[in-house]
This record gives sequence, C-alpha cells and structure tokens, in this order.
Amino acid sequence: MTAYVIRRLVWGLALLIIVCGLTFVLFRVLPTGNPAVLRAGRDPQPHLIKEIERVLGLDKSLPAQFWEYLKGVFLHFRFGYSYYSRQSVLSLIGERLPATISLTLGAAVVWMIAGLSVGIVSALKRRTLWDRGAMGGALVLISAPEFWLGLLVLLLFSNDIGKLKIFPGSGSYVGLTYDPWKWFTSLIMPWCVLAAGSAAVFARLMRGSMIETMEEDYIRTARAKGLRERAVIRQGVRSSINPIITLLALEVGVLLGGAVLIESVFNIPGVGALAYHSIVQSDFEVVQGTVLLASMFIILANIAADVGYAYLDPRVRYG
Amino acid sequence: MAEALLRVEDLRVEFPTEDGVVHAVDGITYQVAPGKTLGIVGESGSGKTVSSLTTLGLTRRQGARIAGKILFEGRDLVALPESELRAIRGNEIAMIFQDPLSALHPLYKVGRQLVEALQAHKEISNSKARARAVELLGLVGIPDPGRRVDEYPHEFSGGMRQRAMIAMALANDPKLLIADEPTTALDVTVQAQILALMERLQRELGMAIIIITHDLGVVAEMADDIAVMYAGRIVETASAQSVFSGPQHPYTWGLLKSIPRLENDRSEELVPIPGTPPSLIRPPSGCHFHPRCAYAQPDHARIDPNLEQVPGEPTHFVACLLSPEERKRLWSELAAGRVPEQALAAGSGEGGV
Amino acid sequence: MAEPTTQPPPEGGLGGVPVDRAPGEPLVEVTDLVKHFPITRGVFLQRSVGAVKAVDGVSFDVRRGETLGIVGETGCGKSTTARLVMRLLESTAGELTFDGQDITKIKGARLKAIRRDMQMIFQDPYSSLNPRKTIGSIIGEPFAIHGLLTEKGERRKAVQELMETVGLNPEHYNRYPHEFSGGQRQRIGVARALALKPKLLIADEPVSALDVSIQAQVLNLLRDLQRKFGLTLIFIAHDLSVVRHMCDRVAVMYLGRIVEIGSGDALYSFPRHPYTGALLSAVPVADPNRHGGQRRLLTGDVPSPANPPKACRFHTRCPKAQDLCSVEDPPLEQKGTGTLAACHFPLSREEVVQMGLAAPPEPPAAG
Repeated sequence: MTAYVIRRLVWGLALLIIVCGLTFVLFRVLPTGNPAVLRAGRDPQPHLIKEIERVLGLDKSLPAQFWEYLKGVFLHFRFGYSYYSRQSVLSLIGERLPATISLTLGAAVVWMIAGLSVGIVSALKRRTLWDRGAMGGALVLISAPEFWLGLLVLLLFSNDIGKLKIFPGSGSYVGLTYDPWKWFTSLIMPWCVLAAGSAAVFARLMRGSMIETMEEDYIRTARAKGLRERAVIRQGVRSSINPIITLLALEVGVLLGGAVLIESVFNIPGVGALAYHSIVQSDFEVVQGTVLLASMFIILANIAADVGYAYLDPRVRYG
Repeated sequence: MAEALLRVEDLRVEFPTEDGVVHAVDGITYQVAPGKTLGIVGESGSGKTVSSLTTLGLTRRQGARIAGKILFEGRDLVALPESELRAIRGNEIAMIFQDPLSALHPLYKVGRQLVEALQAHKEISNSKARARAVELLGLVGIPDPGRRVDEYPHEFSGGMRQRAMIAMALANDPKLLIADEPTTALDVTVQAQILALMERLQRELGMAIIIITHDLGVVAEMADDIAVMYAGRIVETASAQSVFSGPQHPYTWGLLKSIPRLENDRSEELVPIPGTPPSLIRPPSGCHFHPRCAYAQPDHARIDPNLEQVPGEPTHFVACLLSPEERKRLWSELAAGRVPEQALAAGSGEGGV
Repeated sequence: MAEPTTQPPPEGGLGGVPVDRAPGEPLVEVTDLVKHFPITRGVFLQRSVGAVKAVDGVSFDVRRGETLGIVGETGCGKSTTARLVMRLLESTAGELTFDGQDITKIKGARLKAIRRDMQMIFQDPYSSLNPRKTIGSIIGEPFAIHGLLTEKGERRKAVQELMETVGLNPEHYNRYPHEFSGGQRQRIGVARALALKPKLLIADEPVSALDVSIQAQVLNLLRDLQRKFGLTLIFIAHDLSVVRHMCDRVAVMYLGRIVEIGSGDALYSFPRHPYTGALLSAVPVADPNRHGGQRRLLTGDVPSPANPPKACRFHTRCPKAQDLCSVEDPPLEQKGTGTLAACHFPLSREEVVQMGLAAPPEPPAAG
C-alpha cells in the first residue's frame, strides 16, 4: 500500500507541473491583455510599459518564464505576486482558504447527513409515497442551479432583504476565531444551498446502493441468525456506503478549490471568489496559484478516495 | 415412533408478482424426527428452498401468502408473530446456505459475525462471546482458530468458509439445522469433508438436520428419510432405503435413470426426463408431472394426486395416479435396464392393467 | 508417450465429413505446456516477484474421434489448459500441435483459419450468449466472421438446420436468449460451435449449471453429435460420474499438472495416483446401502498455485507421502495397469479395494 501511495503522489506532482504549464500557455494565448499595460495606469508611455515588463519578467521567453516560476515554487515556495495589490499570492490564498474550508466541510456534513438518511429510508420504504416524494424532491434540487437557489434563499430568509428575517444576509461572513456565533449563523444558508444538489445526488445513490445490498445473500443470513431488523439494516448500510465515501472524497476535493458561485452570491471571501476576480483582472500569478491549489486538492482527493476505499473494503488491495 | 420435532402440514406459499401469482409451494406435508436427517430432493423451481425459508419466516418480507401449519415442538410457526419467530431463528432452528462466500458479510471479520449470532439470543459479554467463537471454529475443524477468528471471509478457502457458516449456525445449540445445498458450490473432496463434519456434529449434538439438495448421492449418504419435490409438491416420501431400492414415482425413476452413476455400467444410456420444469405461475393442471411423464393417462391432467401410502410400506407415501401394481411392474422393467418406452410396451402386451 | 488402449476409439468421420487425420491418430498434441500469470510488485518499475503457475508442464494427446475428459478441482488448471489449446491464451512455454501443424505461436490470418476447426462451449448458459442478439444471429455469427454463406437466405437456412440438429425449433430464429431455458441456451451454444463443422470441440463444464434432469439431455446430445459428425471432444468437468460416462480417456489434474491419465475403464476401476483415489472415494454414492470401504478424506486445502509444493505437488496432503516425494518430482509414466500416473508410491490393489473402489481382476502377465 505504501508503495502505491508514493507512486500516486509522484504522478500527482508530475500532473501539477503539467497543469501549471498549460495555464501558463493558455494565459499567453488568450486575448486577455498585457498585464504590464493594465498595471501602467492611464495613457502609459511605451518605455514605462517596457520597464514594467522587465520588472515583472515578462520580456523573457515563455519557457524561461516558466522555468523561473517553477524554481520559485519548488525551491522557495514563492508563488508570485498579485499585479494589482502586490500582495504575495501565497498570503492572498492563505487569507481566503479558511473561509472556503469552512464552507466546504460544513456543507459536506449537511449533505451527508441529509443525503444518507433520506436515501436509506427511501430504500427501505421503496415505492411508497415517501420514497416517490423524496426522489422527486431530489430531482428538483439536482436540477436547480446553485446561484438561483442561493438568491431564492436570500430572498426568503436573509435578515436584510428577505421575507422572513431569520439568517444573516450576504456579506456577513466573519472568521471562526473572530466571532464563532456569527461565523456559524452566516454560514447556515450557504451550507444548505451548497449541500442541496449534493444531498440529492447522494440520496439517490444511497438508495440504489441500499436496494442492491439488501438483496444480497448475507443479509438473508443475518435475518436467519435472528438479528433484529435494525441490526440487519446496519449491516446493509455498512456495505452500501463504500461507493458513497469515495464520491464524497472527490466532491470535497473539487469544492476545496473554491465554490465560486456560492461564494459570489453570499459574498464569502473565499478562494473561489479570489479566482474569479483575478481571472477577470488578468491577475495572472494569482490565477496560477488558485489553479495549482485546486489541482492539488483534486489530486489528493483522488488518492484519498482510493486509499479510503481499500480501507473500507478489506478485499481491495493495491500492489 | 418418536414425536416429530418439526411437522409441516399442507403448507402453501404463493408470491404475487407482476407476471401473476407464483405457486411456489402447493400443499406439502412432511416431518422430521429429533436427531434424524430428512433429505429434500428437487431441482430448481421445485419449492424446496421456499419451504425451508418459510419455516423460518424469511419469506414474509417478500409479500408471501402463507397457508397451512408448520409445527415446531407443537408451536405453529406460521401463526407466530415476528418477534417470537425471531427468537427461534439462529437459536433453536438454524439455517446454512449454498454459497458461503456470498452468505457471509464480506466487510466484517468472521469472529465478529459469530459473536453477533451469539449475542442476538443471549446475554453474553464480548470477551466470553469471542472465546466461544474461537471454540466453535475449533469444533468445526478450522485449524488455528485463535488467529482465524480475526480474519475476513475472503481470506478463508471455500471449505473453511462453509465450516465457519456451520459454526455460526451451531452457536446457540439448535435443535434443527436446515442446510440448503450446503456443498453444491464446493469441490468434491471438500464436499466429502463437510458432509462428514455434519454427520459427526449430528452425532455429538443430537440435532436434527434437513438437507436440501439436487444431488441424489449426497442425500443417499446423509438422509434417513427422503422427500422428493417437484413443481411445488411432494411426489414421494419414504426412508432413504425405500426410495433407492423401490422408488414409486415416475419422477424419481426419471431422476435415478438420468444421472450417470459410478457404480453403473459405463455403457448404460442416460435416459433424460423429456421437457423442462414447469412454470410455477401456470403449473400444469392435475398431476404437475404429467406433461413429462411417459406413463401418463388422459385423466391425469384433471385429477390432483394426493400422497397415499404404498401398500405394505407404512412409511412410504407417493402422489401418483397409477395403480401400485402398475408402478411396481414399471419399476422392475426400468431397473432391469429398459427405457420407459419399452417398459410401457411390455405392460400393454400383457393385456393392460 | 505411448499408451495402451483397452478399446479402439469410436469410429469417426462417418457423417460424410472428410477427415485429414485417420481416426486414432492424434489431432491435438500438447507438449510441456506452461502458463504462468506473473505477480508484480514495486513502486515504479513493476518487478515480477512470482507467478501463479496455473498450468505447469502438461503433455497429452487427443486422438481423432475420441473424447478426452479432464477432471480436477478448483485451481487445478483445467480451464486454463482448455483456453491454451484454443489459443485464447498464449502459453508461457511448450508446444501445441493441431492436425499436424505447430500452432503454438501463430497469429493473424493463420490463427483465424485454425479457429474454424476448433470451437468451445462454455459453462454458464446465462452469460455466454449476448443478450442483445437474436439466436439466429448468434448461431450465424461464425459464418459472418469468416465471410461464408453470403448469399441471401443461405445463412438463415444453415442456421435453421443447425437449430434442428440440436433439438431447437427453427421457428424461434428471431427470439432472444432470455426467452429460453438454461438447457435450451446450452443447445444454442452447441449449435453455434458446430456451425463451421469444426474438428475439435472443447466443452468447458457444459452441464454444471443445469438442472439434473436437463443434464442428461445435453450430454446425450453431445454424444449423438459426436457420433454423427465425427467430432473430437475435450470434455472438462469436476463431476467424475459425468466424465466417466462421456469420455474414452480421462486426465486428472492437480495444481497445474496431470497426475494421472488413461482410459476411463482403467482409471475408474484401478486408479494409481492417491489423488485420483481420493477424488473417486469422495464422490457420494447414490445407494444408501453401499457405504463400502473406508473413505479416505483429504485434509487441509489445496495449496496456492502461486506457491505450489516442491517436487510432487500433492505430497503435502498425500496419505502415502514419504521423504522422496518432497525431493524428486515423479514423472508421468506407465505403472503396468493401463494408466500413466505421476507417483513414486502409487496405490496398490489392496488399497484401492479398501477404499471401496472396484478393481479389475488380475491383469495378464504381459502387463
């Protein structure tokens, strides 16, 4: 197993470098505008632009720039500086990561609890009104666009513009250490909205998985042993949950790279919002940093999903 | 005659499905004496598995409609509420199934599954239960049980898995063990080991066994009495001796003549039973076997045969509309090596029955 | 590797099928066939750290017109051997000759041409037929693959003839596999295998998944077809009674090797290898009176083919094993009673009788 993990990590690193290179090239190829021009201010003189270009290292060849960048990342952990704020990319991301993590992990808790319980009950009460209602509701939630749902929820429940003034509105996020209660209440709506689609997906998956599992021979054996139905269901859940956990790892991995839409709607200062703004502003180094971060999380999540699966299922062993 | 431990009386089990009502068990009666072995022989669709699952109430969930009685030590299991029936399952009556790889939970250790079986029916601490689990694994002949108890089912070989299943079934000293095709999925040398194990355990623990199988060899070895099932009905029941030396039902004859047997002459032709097993949604009218029976008369399609005693053999019953004399004659022809057509012809040549 | 035959093989080729090899001459010759599946380990460079020795040096002939049975338990390598003969797998070592040609390493068009002459029927009638194709197209597929019978209606006619031959109703040409029972599906498989009039038919556990009352139907069908078309048949099964009934000669395999091979009569009446004896004595007898003899139960489990015992593969479980058995690999050779066995201490007549297996009367002095 260790050999397997090491192998995956090394390949992951290689993949990160490739992703890095791709972003590099993409940014040069797309008509986004010369960052030096953007930095130079109104009506820039050509020699000023050239000077800025030299300072920023934009006059060198593309491979040379890439090499400089890689050296900075791997030897000095320097990810560059924002063209606008001059703040280091690392610190920018570092400021915003906690918000994204809070958002993602909280939403994951919500969707797992909601999705799994609905899925299990649906599977056990197959074809009843409950089941049809739950799966119908799930379909609606999967189809609803996140931002639409977010705006709807704000319109209904936020305490500044909503009909029922329950939760703090958009823009009220504060760090956990700053004011725990405010942190918690400001995230309730974003958590629910972010969780909505995933909860629905997981509910459907869990239902399917449970239905299949409960037909298995070992469930019949459990009943034949005289176990209470509750214990039998527990055995069923234990088997059904393996593919779900794998999917959980992957989804969390993607979201940790930034839930752009939700962060925008609720004005949460997370990595997703950062990425979006820096793309719009052609703030190249910041974009590069957020892309690297997102890729890293996805790669790690994939490895975690595979390792987790082997942990959950003793029959699976990697060479 | 000893009081029967389990007596099934006119059991009927139906399943409503989208395609129609499946008459899985169509009025069967049999019994098992304490400490004895009953073999139920039948092919797929005979109803043999459904009748055993119904004994433990495991068909209730599937919406089965059950009629008749299953008397276990005098109590009618069909009428028993679920909670009381659950107390009997895995306790006084235990069941083992065909494929031990799929019948054991793949993600729990074997020891844990055994402990579960113990704790479902009595108050016993975890450590005591684990000790008992190790003891049980040793009882069924698994070497190094102290280590094996912490392993997963997929780490056991096929034979050992079946032994573990038997250990689990025996956890609470059942009076009756129902074994549904326990050796079908196993290699022949392993099968011999498992059957020997079951015989030894029966002697040591005095439990009754119902063994369900399609293998006539297995049933000849293990069973004291045999019930032959076809299309949801019992067609013949007798001591094992009688079934093999003097079978009375054309289906039993067909089975005996259609399987290759090591002790027979190699050149003896196999005589297959023509046709295929019938649908249980629309079973044949009258005698369920008549479409495949070489000796059927026209009115066999109208009349339902009942189990009747064979004259001169108080424990031998057969459900067949042919006369006892005709059956005796036909079997002696078949036993002498003739095929059904010849056996039939020999009869009509003598001026009919 | 001469073997005494106790009876001439059944006549083949009398169905109007032209033969290349005379009946009795070898159609298939297998010499020292080996198939190892490598086990790899390593961080980046996958090193081969061992191998599953599925087939570990197997040699036998199959004569034109005869039925050779291969028996053994799980992990003995019988199915792998069948696939090696069919060239569905490439061997790690050894030689394979078919109809006089060396087919060990042939590829491409030559391999495809050989495929017309050897066909296989499989164990599971439920998964071996494509559920999305009609049985007409399943049975007709061999013609399509080899570009035969392209005239309109020719193929259909040929398929319907085949259906009749195997006992299926030709009007069911357009039905799908799920509309048939297990036994009928097996017949469909047989029809497909016979489409190109092969010389060799390999049946891999053809009746194991069928109900007992249907097994006899399919077995009789195979026997009839063999006589009618002069087929050579390799019959693989774990059920010893079925193999004895169907086969002229039988090979017993254990952990990738043949431990005994000989005519059915000789092998069943006087097995020499202790494993053969154990197999035969383990078969439950359908006669409650005949609990004859001491059944010799084997202890323990079959060792892993990735790590087979040294020298004689069976010595770890053999009741007759002695020191020599873990040191020197016994060759497959004549033991003077009609079978070849790979054993240093083969079963004696007394031992065989003691196990409840019938032994023939004393052989003539010539042996």
